[in-house]
Amino acid sequence: MAYDKFEILNSTAVPLPIENVDTDQIIPARFLKATERKGFGDNLFRDWRYNGDNTPKSDFVLNNPTYSGKILVGGKNFGSGSSREHAAWAVYDYGFRCVISSFFADIFKGNCLNIGVLPVQVSPEFAAKVFAAIEADPNTEISVNLPEQTVTIVKTGEKESFDINGYKKQNMLNGFDDIDYLNNIKSEISEFAKELPL
Amino acid sequence: MSTKKTLFDKVWDSHVVKHVEDGPDVLFIDRHLVHEVTSPVAFLGIKNRKSGVLFPNKTFATADHNTPTINQHLPVADPLSANQLKALEENAKEHGISHWGLGHEKNGIVHVVGPEYGITQPGATIVCGDSHTSTHGAFGAIAFGIGTSEVEMVLSTQCIMQPKPKKMRINVEGELNFGVTPKDVALYIISQLTTSGATGYFVEYAGDVFENMTMEGRMTVCNLSIEMGARGGMIAPDEKTFEYVKGREFTPTGAAWDKAMAYWKTLKTDEGAEFDKELTFSASDIEPMITYGTNPGMGMGISKSIPNAEDLEGGVATYKKSLGYMAFNEGEDMIGKPIDFVFIGSCTNGRIEDFRAFTSIVKGRKKADNVTAWLVPGSHKVESAIKEEGLLDILTEAGFELREPGCSACLAMNDDKVPAGKLAVSTSNRNFEGRQGPGSRTLLASPLVAAAAAVTGKVTDPRELMKELA
Repeated sequence: MAYDKFEILNSTAVPLPIENVDTDQIIPARFLKATERKGFGDNLFRDWRYNGDNTPKSDFVLNNPTYSGKILVGGKNFGSGSSREHAAWAVYDYGFRCVISSFFADIFKGNCLNIGVLPVQVSPEFAAKVFAAIEADPNTEISVNLPEQTVTIVKTGEKESFDINGYKKQNMLNGFDDIDYLNNIKSEISEFAKELPL
Repeated sequence: MSTKKTLFDKVWDSHVVKHVEDGPDVLFIDRHLVHEVTSPVAFLGIKNRKSGVLFPNKTFATADHNTPTINQHLPVADPLSANQLKALEENAKEHGISHWGLGHEKNGIVHVVGPEYGITQPGATIVCGDSHTSTHGAFGAIAFGIGTSEVEMVLSTQCIMQPKPKKMRINVEGELNFGVTPKDVALYIISQLTTSGATGYFVEYAGDVFENMTMEGRMTVCNLSIEMGARGGMIAPDEKTFEYVKGREFTPTGAAWDKAMAYWKTLKTDEGAEFDKELTFSASDIEPMITYGTNPGMGMGISKSIPNAEDLEGGVATYKKSLGYMAFNEGEDMIGKPIDFVFIGSCTNGRIEDFRAFTSIVKGRKKADNVTAWLVPGSHKVESAIKEEGLLDILTEAGFELREPGCSACLAMNDDKVPAGKLAVSTSNRNFEGRQGPGSRTLLASPLVAAAAAVTGKVTDPRELMKELA
């Protein structure tokens, strides 16, 4: 399932300044029972977003109309815990195309890249500036430029570059995925399999 | 560049099909384990791309996450769970993949049955759409969890694309104290590194403590590698490993065994090989552990009190939110806190040695009246051993019941949910908010700590109940 191309994203952002947000919070296990990739956005942050009786929790940021946008800004160590790709699907399905954090858990980061959500890792200082800018003005725009590998707080011009390997960058820019790549080298893989130590 | 290699290098490098310029390695996967939750969308993917399964005999499917742990002979009541189980069965059948579904005599938690039947072998690359795949590293395999897109990659090409992680060695030297189990060793290391301290690394565990540990203990330790952020953890195979693997259903025999052994014996870190990071801990510093917060890094010796926010690194607000969820206060003792539930099971501590440990404390005592206890074996094989060894008689006498195998209350996808506000001592792997059911509160601990809580109805130092065994 290749995804939409990602080049430059200019958007307001939703702040979630909590550390160690694990994938059980992003999508609780009881919502992993589907056999198709559909509707996971409805249950994004389910137990932080809704009370037990399904009424919205007014103090949670996704229920606050002040904040919106295609960028989610999370605290340090975002996406830890379970490898469930459903967490990345939920983020995407809700409408986010980019997550900014000062540190990502490994598997979550890989899952995002595989489905077309761009994880942008910035310094703790820059992350603090982004949170402060959104707090000062919820309409502040953040610009994520993949070709240049930069993230900018548009209003102040403060900018930082981010890392992504060249291969993944090309994939994101073109909407290709690893599955396309691997399917194209199947015969090479079959040859390799014959040479394994066991 | 040094030609000296770590154990991890040896296994990883021998599986690299090719390196992508300015990108990841294409890594060949020897064993692919599949369960019902993270696979259906991957099977849908290969259907849509018409790519098929390249090596169906390298993939093994079992149902575990969603399965009920009582009345498994009856139809699954939850229609969504039933649908997912049916999808796995049909997908496996369509593609010629072996499937140990609900009711199958070999059914159990994917990371318990893999080793039990010899699917797990030294030097192999093993993946599964489940972060606790790191369990299999106990055999000197490279084993780690993957996302569903990668499950599709493995089905259709037997490969994934990943950059080679950095390498960390964690040594624990000396002898463990009385009452300290492999679970405590792991929770101790995680508490020292925090939940993100090993992110970006693949860990090798070395030193006296791991050398002296049983294979099941090693599985518990490697299982929890992901809880400090590591992609996986592994231990060099030794005679104990070979002895464990020998004679199991999928283990090579005859000439193939000799060839395998010759290779497996080379699987150790060369003297002088370099790690990006190396840490050494002393076994004597470790006591029975318990967690007090909402991630596995928030653990401490059971006799200690909950740390003050200002004594910790990291965000005070997040720490206070965590304690607020748990309804605990800074400076409080854990000992003596009344508990409501005890769960023994999961891919972390659902093996026979865990049930033996649990039973050793329960023997001659009674389950506390205020405690609901869920005893869930990791597989039918574990379940049979519990019965054959006479443990079930002791447990029954003490007022406990044994359930049927599955992941159960570890992630509460089935009906085994701890109710909101209730406090559970669990031998599983995660104490995240709501992990064991919406609003549930979890204390992670060893089977000994769980048993002590089960018979006293409160958090209790198991050493107090083990004195006669000392």
